[in-house]
Order: sequence, then structure tokens, then C-alpha cells
Amino acid sequence: MEFHPMDQFIVTPLFGDGPVGMFTITNVTLWMALTVIAVVALLVLGTSKRATVPGHMQSVAELAYGFVYKMVEDVAGKDGVKFFPYIMTLFLFIVFANFLGLVPTAFTVTSHIAVTGVLALMVFLTVTVLGFVKNGAKFLELFWVSSAPLALRPVLAVIELISYFVRPVSHSVRLMGNMMAGHAVMKVFAGFSQVAVIAPVSILAVTAMYGLEVLVAFIQAYVFTILTCVYLKDALHPSH
Amino acid sequence: MAEETNAATGGAADAARGAADAAQGPGMPQLDFSTYANQIFWLLVTLVVLYFVLSRIALPRIAAILAERKGTITNDLAAAEDLKAKAAEAEEAYNKALADARAEAHKIIADAKAEIQADLDEATEKADAEIAAKAAESEKRIEEIRASAMESVKEVARDTAQEVVSALGFKADEKAVTDAVDKRLKG
Repeated sequence: MEFHPMDQFIVTPLFGDGPVGMFTITNVTLWMALTVIAVVALLVLGTSKRATVPGHMQSVAELAYGFVYKMVEDVAGKDGVKFFPYIMTLFLFIVFANFLGLVPTAFTVTSHIAVTGVLALMVFLTVTVLGFVKNGAKFLELFWVSSAPLALRPVLAVIELISYFVRPVSHSVRLMGNMMAGHAVMKVFAGFSQVAVIAPVSILAVTAMYGLEVLVAFIQAYVFTILTCVYLKDALHPSH
Repeated sequence: MAEETNAATGGAADAARGAADAAQGPGMPQLDFSTYANQIFWLLVTLVVLYFVLSRIALPRIAAILAERKGTITNDLAAAEDLKAKAAEAEEAYNKALADARAEAHKIIADAKAEIQADLDEATEKADAEIAAKAAESEKRIEEIRASAMESVKEVARDTAQEVVSALGFKADEKAVTDAVDKRLKG
């Protein structure tokens, strides 16, 4: 049995094996659909009873709601709350895509830069446009560190500007890199398990990695979401 | 490349794999730009669907559930406070009733005592009166007996004196004897 650790990331058509066109139904489609189904199952079906004393599913749904809502409120402020549905969408998509990607033989959509890049660019563009619409030219104060000595401010402005434009890159590559690396490492260890001598060690390593990846799946979703909130805060309140 | 992959069958699977790898350059499917349009398209579809499901159904519903729960808890707390006040009120009323009852009981006892005392006084008075009457009657009887006894003594003395006088041979003057006896008895 021969496989490459990166094979798991190949985008393939679900039916037949023609070329991957824009509207081709691929494994990306399948796992994104499963993500939607999982979200609907938890947040829509789970809360369908509207119980005052919640059951298991409803408790988790309420917990997720409260978790993200509080994050938005705490980080982005009261006026950031109206963006809560967008941020909740991002968080749920990422967290469920990450967890579903941990199902053996699954395809991890968040391990692709095309996906995380679009997510990060959407945040970047939204936040930038919002910043200018809300604050006009004052949004540029974000790059003018008024608390620094005057001589240093132009230098800092250049650094701030660069860091601002690097945001979507770090935002997306962080998520994609974490997911890809973890899954690839697991596959590498799984490959080692074909050699009888080191199989026990490698299976142990896969197990440990899997536990770590469960943690990473959540943490990366959390990091992506909280950074989105931070960027949103910058757009709403640009002055340092 | 697609033709190559399609042509690969059975034992030629490895060859096909090699061809696929070659098509993907350095072996990172993430950098295979030919799949980007597909991924981005499906991502946008997914996000739009998720956004509508969340913003139209899930989030308002959960917000309503949480608000309702908060309301219920607030109401319950208010009701508990209310009931507590009512309980305190009831306790107060109970204590008051107890004090009233005690006062009433004391009053009844005092009344009863006074009544009994009155009855007792009346009875005592009556008994005293009766005793006095009886004593008076007895005294009267004793007086009568004493008087009759004196009369008898007088008679016996007179008779005896008459007899003694006649025995001595004198004619007894009845009147004189009687006077003498009376005088003696009085003396």
C-alpha cells in the first residue's frame, strides 16, 4: 500500500474523474455540505424544542452562541454586535470544517489556501471598507501612532501599513498551515506504521497527534474568529 | 493530463498517480490553481447558505430562548421575593393572633375568677345569714326554755312553801306566799 501524505488534500470530482471545473461537484462540495448539515443539525434541529431547560444539543448550541457573542462583544465592542451573524458564520464554518476534517478519510476544506484565503480576504475587505465608511479619512489614524515620538511616526506608519496588508496573509496561512501540517504529519506517521518494527511507536504517535489536532481544530477556529473581532474593532475604533 | 489519467487502468494506477503528481508540481495540492475556482465557488455557496440559516433561523431562535430564560428566571426570583414577603406577613399575622388569643384567654380567666369570687361571696353571705338566723332561733328557744324552767321553779317553790306553811299549822295566805317566793327568786 503506497500513498503520499499530501494525497489527502487532492481535490477530485465526486462522480467520474473528469477535470475539476468551477461547478464540478467535488470532495470540496461534499465536505462543505456536511459542514452545513452539521451546523444545521446543531443550531437549528438542536434548538427546535426551544426548551427553557435545555437538552444536550441545545446546551451546546447555546454555549456556541454565547461563546462567540461574548467574544464579539468583548473584543469588538457593543457596536460590533451587529456583525455577530457574520462572525458566527465564520466561526461555525471553520470549527465544523476542522472537526469534520478529523474524521478518518475525510477531506479537510480548511487545509486549502484557496478557502482560507477567501475567508481572510473577505474579512480584510469588509473591515477596510467598513473602516473608511465609518471613520472616513480618520481611519488612517490607525497607521499614525500618535503616542510615539513625532520623528518615529513616519517609520511606524510604514511598518503599520505593511503589517496591515500582511494581515490577510497571516490570517489565512495560519489556519491553512495548521490544518495541513497536522493532517500531513498524521499521514506520515500512518505511513510508518506499515513497517512492523516501528508500528507501535507510530500508532502511538498518530494517536497523540490526533488528540493534538482535536485541540488545534478548535484553537485555530477560535484564533481566526478572535482576530476577525480584533480587525473589526480596529475598523470601528481606529485611534490607538 | 485528464486523458492520461483516464487511460490509466489496473496495474497502471501508479503511473496515473505519478502523472497526477507531476501535474501538481511540487506535490502540494493546495497550490494546484486549477481547483481554485471550484473551491471558491463552493465556499461562497456554503457561506451564503450558512449565513442565511444562521441569521434567519438559528441565531434569532437562540436569542429568543436565552431572553425567555432570562425573563423566566427574573420572574421566578420576583415571585420568590413576593412569596417570602407573604410568608413574613403570615408569620406576623400568626404572632398577632397568638398574642390576641393569649390576651383573650387571660381576660376569660380573670372574668371567670371574678364571677366565681362573686358567687362565693354571695354564698358565704347567705350561709352567714342562715347561720345567724339559726343561732338567733336557738337563742330564743334557749331563752324560752330558761323562762319556762324559771316558771316551774317558781311554781314548785310556791307549792312547797304553801305545803311547808300548812304543815307547820298555819293558814297559808296564798298571795303572801307568792310574793315572798317572787321576792326571794329575784333577790
